[in-house]
Amino acid sequence: MTTTIEPPGLISPEQPGGPDGHAAGLQHDAGDHPHHEGPTGILNWLTSTDHKVIGKSYMITSLVLFFIAGIMALVIRVQLASPTSSLVSFQTYNELFTMHGSLMLYLFAGPFAFGGLANYIVPLQVGAPDMAFPRLNALSYWLYLGGSLTMMSGFLVAGGAASFGWVAYAPLSNATNSPGAGADLWLMALALTGFSAIFTGVNLCATIFYLRAPGMTMFRVPIFSWNMLVTAILILIAFPVLFGAVVLLFCDRHFGTHIFTVQGGGVPVLWQNLFWFFGHPEVYILALPYFGMVTDIIPVFSRKPLFGYKGMVFATMSIAALSTGVWAHHMFTTGVVLLPFFSLLSYMIAIPTGIKFFNWIGTMWGGSLSFKTPMLFSMGFLFAFLMGGVTGVLLASPPVDFMTHDTYFVVAHFHQVLIGTAVFAGFAGFYFWYPKMFGRMLREGLGKLHFWALFIGFWVTFMPQYAVGLDGMPRRVAAYLPGNGWTTLNVISTVGAFIIGASFLFFLANLWVSWRSPIPAGDNPWDGHALEWFTSSPPSHHNYSHLPPIRSERPTWDYNHPDHRTIHTGKTPKVLPDHEPEVEPAGAPS
Amino acid sequence: MKVYGLFLVGIGVFFGVIGLVYWFTSYEDGGFLMLIGSALLGLFPGSYYLWWSSRQKPQADDDPSADMAEGAGAVESFPGSSIWPFILGMGALFTVLTFVFGLWLAPLGGALILSGAIGATVESRRGGIVPLPVAPAGSDHHADGEPHPGAEPA
Repeated sequence: MTTTIEPPGLISPEQPGGPDGHAAGLQHDAGDHPHHEGPTGILNWLTSTDHKVIGKSYMITSLVLFFIAGIMALVIRVQLASPTSSLVSFQTYNELFTMHGSLMLYLFAGPFAFGGLANYIVPLQVGAPDMAFPRLNALSYWLYLGGSLTMMSGFLVAGGAASFGWVAYAPLSNATNSPGAGADLWLMALALTGFSAIFTGVNLCATIFYLRAPGMTMFRVPIFSWNMLVTAILILIAFPVLFGAVVLLFCDRHFGTHIFTVQGGGVPVLWQNLFWFFGHPEVYILALPYFGMVTDIIPVFSRKPLFGYKGMVFATMSIAALSTGVWAHHMFTTGVVLLPFFSLLSYMIAIPTGIKFFNWIGTMWGGSLSFKTPMLFSMGFLFAFLMGGVTGVLLASPPVDFMTHDTYFVVAHFHQVLIGTAVFAGFAGFYFWYPKMFGRMLREGLGKLHFWALFIGFWVTFMPQYAVGLDGMPRRVAAYLPGNGWTTLNVISTVGAFIIGASFLFFLANLWVSWRSPIPAGDNPWDGHALEWFTSSPPSHHNYSHLPPIRSERPTWDYNHPDHRTIHTGKTPKVLPDHEPEVEPAGAPS
Repeated sequence: MKVYGLFLVGIGVFFGVIGLVYWFTSYEDGGFLMLIGSALLGLFPGSYYLWWSSRQKPQADDDPSADMAEGAGAVESFPGSSIWPFILGMGALFTVLTFVFGLWLAPLGGALILSGAIGATVESRRGGIVPLPVAPAGSDHHADGEPHPGAEPA
C-alpha cells in the first residue's frame, strides 16, 4: 500500500492563537486527521514504516539496553569497592566492562538520539509527513535490533562475550588472544548496527534537504534538526571506516591475513588509526544530538528566542569538522603520531564549544526562567559537560596525557562527557518531548527527584575517580592491592553509582504513574517554539493536516503569539512588542 | 539547495586543506587517505548541488516568504506499512551469523534477503496511490481556487 501525501493546508496569519497557547480554530483530534488503516498490535510493530512508531521502538530498545548496561556498571563498581573482591572472575569482569562500554556507546547513546528522538522529532520539526525513505528507516531499526541481539548473545556462547574492551585494540582482539565466538559476534554486531546508522544518516540528510515545508529555509530549521543533519554527515564519514576496520579484523581472525599482526608484516597500530578515525567523531555523533536537544529546550523555558542562532549552527559545523581531524589524540602514547597537529586541533574544539556555552547562557540571560524538569536536566547537562570538557582540554595536552593515559582520570573524563550529554541532555529531551509522543504528562515531582538523585550520584561517582586516577589507578583492572590507598575513593564512587541507579527508579515510577493515571498533555504544554508543537499530541499518522506560515525559526510561537512574533530583519531576530508595525521578512516580495 | 551545496563543499574544502597539512607534516598515509576520502565525500554531492541550484529556480523550502500553497502537489509516496524491511533485516542478521556459526545459515539468510528485495521491489511497482483529505478545513481547493494537483489516483 502506498499513500501520496499532499502538502498540508495553509493557515492564514489572521487566524489568531488562543489564549491558552493553542492554535484557535483548529481541532487536533485524531479523528480530524488522515486516518491510517493498517495492521495493529505486534503486526503493526513488525510492518510499520511510520517514523513515530520506529522512533519509539528505537527509544524503548535503547533504554532497555541502557538499563542492562547500567546493571553491569553496578556489578563493576561492587567488584572495585574492595581491593581483592571475588564477586566476579577476572574473565567475567573483562566481559562486563567490554559489554558495558559497547552497549552504552554503540547501542544506547547513539541510537537513542539519532534512531529514537531524531526519528520521531526531525520530520515534525521540518514539517514533513515522514522520513524520506520510510522502508529504509524500518530496515535501519531491524538491523539495529539484530545487531543488539547479536552482541548480547555473546554471553550465551562458549568462552563468553567479547572481553577486549569497547575499542578492541589489536593484537588483543586477534584470534590468538581473544578466541571464541563472543568476539566474532561483537564484530558482526558492529557491522549490523553500523549499517543501521549509515542508513539512518542517509535518511536524515534526505529528509532535512528535501522534505522541509515551504518557508522552512535552512536557517529556520530548529537547532536540534540542524545538529542531526551535521551528525548524519559525521555518521557517513565515520561508520564506513569502522565497517572496513571490522572486516579487516575479521579477516585477520579467520582468513589468515596479517593486517594487524606484526608476524605477517602487519601494523597493529593501524587498527588504532582506523578505529579512532571512527571513534573520535563517534564521540560527537553521541554529543551533537544532545547539544541540539538542550538548545531547543533552554529558549522555551527562558521564554526568549535562542541567542545567536547562526552562531550555534556554525559552532556545530566547526565542532564536527574539527572532531574528524583529532583522532590520534587517543594515540599520543603510541609514539607514532604527530603530537603538535593533533594537540592543536584538539584545543581548537574548545572554541566552538565555548561559543555554545556562551549562547546557552546568553539565551537564559534576562529570560523568564522556569525550572521544569526538562530545564533542570538541561542545567545538569551544562555543569556535567563543562567538567568533562575542561578535563578534555587537559587531556589534549600530550604531557598531561602521558601521565594520565589509561588511568581512572580518563574514565572519569569520558563518563562526565557522555553522561552529561547522553543521560542529562537525553533525559531533558525525553521529558520535553514525552508529552508530544504520548499525549500525556510526566509528573514534575518524580521528575525532579529523578534529576536531583542523578545529579548528586553523578558527582559522588566520578569526582573520586579523577583523584584515584591521578594517584595512578589504571583502568580495566578487577583488583588492586590494599596498600595502594585507593579503597576509600572507590567505596565513595560505588556509593555514588548506586545513587545513580536508584535515581532511575524515580524515572520508572514516573512512567508507571503516567501510564496508569494519565494527565492529558494537550498539543503544546510548554508553549513551545518549533513546528512539532503545532500538531496534535501524539501526532496523527502523517503528522500535519495544517501548518502555520513559517517566517522564523519558531513558527508555532509566532502563530500562538501574534503580537510578539519573531521577525527577521536580516540580522539578529527581534521580538516585536504589542502592536508594533510588522517588518517584512528579508527578501519578501513587496 | 544552494545552502546545502555550500555546506557540503565547505566540508570537502576543510578536509582537503587539513588532509594536505597532515600529509606534509606527518607523511602518514592511512590518516591522509581517510581525510582525502572525507573531502571527496563533501565535494562530490556539494558540487552537484551547486551546479544544479544554478539551473533551477528557488524551491518553496528555500524561499523565506513561501506560503504553504506553493508546495502543493504530491510531495512523496509513503508506504503505509511493509513487512519487507523486517524480512531484509532478518536476512542480514542470519547472513552475518553465517560468518560466526557456519555456512549452514547461509541459505536461510540468502533466501530472506532475496525474498525481501523482490518483495520490496514488487511492492514499490504495484503500490496504488491513495489521496488523502488533507486540504484546509471546509475546502478541497488551493488558495488560488485550483484543485490540488495530484489528488487523483495515479
